[in-house]
Amino acid sequence: MKRLDALWAVLLGVCIWWGIVWITAAPHFILPSPWRVAQAAFNSREVIAENALVTLTEVVLGLLIGTVLGALTAIQLAMSRTMRRLILPILVFTQAVPVFALAPVLTLWFGYGIGSKIVMAVLIIYFPVTSAFHDGLSRVDRGLLDLARTMGATPMQIMARVRIPHALPSLGSGLRLAAVYAPIGAVIGEWVGASKGLGYLMLLANGRAKIDLMFASLITLAVMTVILHKAVGYFAARLERYAAGGALSA
Amino acid sequence: MSDAPGITLSGRHAIDGTPLFETEISLPARQWTCLLGPSGIGKSTVLRLILGLETGGAFSGEIAATDGKAVHSRVSYMAQSDLLLPWLSVVENVVLGARLRGERPDMARADSLLDRVGLSAHRTKTPRALSGGMRQRAALARTLMEDRPVVLLDEPFSALDAGTRADMQELAAEVLQGKTVLLVTHDPAEASRLGHQILLMSAQEAAPWPVPASDPVRALDDAGALQCQAELMAHLREVQA
Repeated sequence: MKRLDALWAVLLGVCIWWGIVWITAAPHFILPSPWRVAQAAFNSREVIAENALVTLTEVVLGLLIGTVLGALTAIQLAMSRTMRRLILPILVFTQAVPVFALAPVLTLWFGYGIGSKIVMAVLIIYFPVTSAFHDGLSRVDRGLLDLARTMGATPMQIMARVRIPHALPSLGSGLRLAAVYAPIGAVIGEWVGASKGLGYLMLLANGRAKIDLMFASLITLAVMTVILHKAVGYFAARLERYAAGGALSA
Repeated sequence: MSDAPGITLSGRHAIDGTPLFETEISLPARQWTCLLGPSGIGKSTVLRLILGLETGGAFSGEIAATDGKAVHSRVSYMAQSDLLLPWLSVVENVVLGARLRGERPDMARADSLLDRVGLSAHRTKTPRALSGGMRQRAALARTLMEDRPVVLLDEPFSALDAGTRADMQELAAEVLQGKTVLLVTHDPAEASRLGHQILLMSAQEAAPWPVPASDPVRALDDAGALQCQAELMAHLREVQA
């Protein structure tokens, strides 16, 4: 039933799009019809696929690295009060700097290749992952921690066997956000300076007034993000199920 | 378990300089002491002090075992909530102490303890598949698994329905025989059934209350226990009024 809902939503979206094109009679270099975009997507499928693969690589690597760094930071923060006092304000401050503004510098430092885009994706997801996981690590039932202490467990053992498993659902929530943010980071990076990727292709198509190709790239990016979000959502649901000790009732 | 020591705690506890209580409590070896008193008087703090946990205040005084050996490392603890880890099976929860310390758990012993608390058939289930009473039995098995001579119970039966509670009281009294037990409770009936000693805690003292002549665990219709329960209840209501 849900799958059918999604299909209907897509159909409705396409109909509205077509309606707007028809009512406004916009020229195709301003707003191409869905049919033109589909044609452009088919004709340029190899170029789109090639560039999509680059963006996907950046996003997935960014997600993996960002998640590992974020999770490690969260554990450090949860283990040490000094770390919390020193690092938390810095983390919040870095969030006040828009990643957009950093993109040119990152391109300067990490080059035009995929390196700078991965760094962008890492930077954009690092905070949500750290913050969500740290929140989960800090919200463990005090009784559980007391029990573990009376059993003679060290802080490291309590972290590994009680706090981390307990906080996995929170890490999952962070990952769900990260799956949506990471492509934004990668594409911003590609806009600022790249020779490959969907962001680059969109700029290139725009510059050459190939608006249908731009739309095709944009839709590819959106579909990729939705699939990634679903995949990460599935993984996050598994983490939740594990931490709850079995299937969750609907 | 004939080597279970008695425990004495004497001193004063203050939070930010405001005294919470000044008391002297002694837990006779191998007996059940029931600690009653109004909420907020510091019953749980007494328990945390003996366990060696943070109390959010400062204690000046002495906590000692009658045999002169260390206290904290010989005490285990069971709370009102079962504190089972939801992602572990019942038997994995029972061996939690060993798992946490990175030791190889004695599974045969865990199984025999599960058998003793009547959970053998549920050993591989996760806690969410169990009823409240079964979860407390699993928590009891986990407490026994630690095999420590002193056991502190913080209202472990208060969230259970009346029938299950009576069953659990009898089971706990049976399996904790020979250990030195401190039971923090709000329930005069529970104290009257289980206590070798009943202490009423106030800010100034922990005063002994006369216990029934019969030995615990007392029958639900034990005349002495019922009498003790009624008098305790009347006293507690008077104190609160």
